[in-house]
Amino acid sequence: MNYEAMRHFADSWGLMFMAFLWIAFTLWTFRPGARGHHDDAANMIFDDPGKGDKQDV
Amino acid sequence: MDHILMKAGGWLALAFIAFAAMVLAVDGGFAVHMAIIMIACFIALWVTVSKADYQAIGRGIIKAPADEGLYDDDPIRWGIIATIFWGMAGFAVGLYIALQLAFPVLNLGLEYTTFGRLRPLHTSAVIFAFGGNALIATSFYIVQRTCRARLAFPGLARFVFWGYQLFIVLAATGYLLGVTQSKEYAEPEWYIDIWLTIVWVSYAAVFIGTLVKRSEPHIYVANWFFLAFILTVAMLHLVNGLAMPVSLLGAKSYSAFAGVQDALTQWWYGHNAVGFFLTAGFLGMMYYFVPKQAERPVYSYRLSIIHFWSLIFLYIWAGPHHLHYTALPDWAQTLGMVFSIVLWMPSWGGMINGLMTLNGAWEKIRTDPIIRMMVLSLAFYGMSTFEGPMMSIKAVNSLSHYTDWTIGHVHSGALGWNGMITFAAIYFLVPRLWGKQRLYSLRMINWHFWLATLGIVLYAAAMWVAGIMQGLMWREYGDDGYLVYSFSEVVSAMLPMYLIRAAGGLLYLAGAVVMVYNIWMTIAGKQRDEKPMTETPHDPETDKPLVNQPTAVPAE
Repeated sequence: MNYEAMRHFADSWGLMFMAFLWIAFTLWTFRPGARGHHDDAANMIFDDPGKGDKQDV
Repeated sequence: MDHILMKAGGWLALAFIAFAAMVLAVDGGFAVHMAIIMIACFIALWVTVSKADYQAIGRGIIKAPADEGLYDDDPIRWGIIATIFWGMAGFAVGLYIALQLAFPVLNLGLEYTTFGRLRPLHTSAVIFAFGGNALIATSFYIVQRTCRARLAFPGLARFVFWGYQLFIVLAATGYLLGVTQSKEYAEPEWYIDIWLTIVWVSYAAVFIGTLVKRSEPHIYVANWFFLAFILTVAMLHLVNGLAMPVSLLGAKSYSAFAGVQDALTQWWYGHNAVGFFLTAGFLGMMYYFVPKQAERPVYSYRLSIIHFWSLIFLYIWAGPHHLHYTALPDWAQTLGMVFSIVLWMPSWGGMINGLMTLNGAWEKIRTDPIIRMMVLSLAFYGMSTFEGPMMSIKAVNSLSHYTDWTIGHVHSGALGWNGMITFAAIYFLVPRLWGKQRLYSLRMINWHFWLATLGIVLYAAAMWVAGIMQGLMWREYGDDGYLVYSFSEVVSAMLPMYLIRAAGGLLYLAGAVVMVYNIWMTIAGKQRDEKPMTETPHDPETDKPLVNQPTAVPAE
């Protein structure tokens, strides 16, 4: 693949593929039922704090 | 016993190879580096032989495996100390080179202490030694806590720490000796690059290994940022470091790319070093320590995911804005500019998400100096990620490029965002890692905060004035079409701003000295007897029911 072919591939199919991936990842966070998962994930760092830390030894 | 003998023999063999390379070296810099590697091998040999438990080996006791119910915090404790140590070195060199610009006599007339050699020492010390150690230590801390799993490959984790310190020592001594491939933020020569690749792949293995053995089903968003940082830095380093050494026993090498391709590869690397090393990695820190210190979950987990993917998809394209008005094709310059402007949005997504985590707990800014540092850090993240896109616009860049405005921009990001979030993380971690009830002093964090803030304000303001003045003086034409100012006139006009900048640097360094004392005393187990940050005021005069008042009439 020469430079010309490479860059035309990049600014057509490559660009579309990247844009599609980004849109898919973004839309996925808006799926129904995501809110519960997100709340759990955001609060996960507060579960059972300090377990295994040095002060508990 | 055979095992220890093998290890010791291995270190000895490596030391001999380094010795042979030193003797056969074709230049002085390479010889010094091989001597450093030989010394490192002898230290490793000495540790192997002296730290072995011969009694246990003699009785045939097999070492018990590490308790999987405890986190592996030794490399993190070392990492915190290394962060502080290299930070102090980097800040001090920064102050020195700032003074060199004001007083050239400080170059001392020696090649080793010229600005040109000390400047990469400063940038690498603060970015890779201070920032890099902070990132490795905090990522090991966070990945264990959020995965609820002990660090994978403990031996490899220790190798990552010590290997990274060796990389720093080789890079730093190389700059002083003039060993450089002249690529900004990628100055180390080919053999140091190879060593860093080995260390970095080991780092990735430890981090990903811990993710794989996690007990939590979900991978917390901080780890996404750390993973993006580790993988992208590996890719950037490998491609930009491609070079052909002149001799396998010499330091000099030539880049695999030439001309404008080399420049573009360099700034693809350079800008993403900012984007992934100084942004994605530090956002990983932010997404753990800000919610933990505020004791509130992150404002919007969805926003954190969206701005993660947006940063990842956009940052990689922004590099060409470092090459405006050069031989780089015009379309590539415009592409770099457009992506840099679009980047403003995901950057502010991160800032808003961090700041709004304090929603409903804003009073903590007044009562908790660690939160105050985090908020300042996020505010500077927001300011520098607004300033950056603005400076990438070609019309603005034609004024700002090659001036000290760029230096001011970099430092508002580095001192404000990276520095303050790292200090906050250190203050958060030290009592927890050393099992202390609290820090030596909260009021000293406050001192650190104000010294650093005043330092950054002086620094950034001086560089704005200096940069815009410089840019305007350079482009000033007289009626007859000649440039009005000579270069040296512009340089002498900068002196007051250089002095203010050095004063800002001195204040920032002074704040860091306060931190060193505070952390030192905390680890020593001392607690300062001091007035608490907040009182609980009680006024007995107002604390009683109202009598002889007309009966309240409810509003309509």
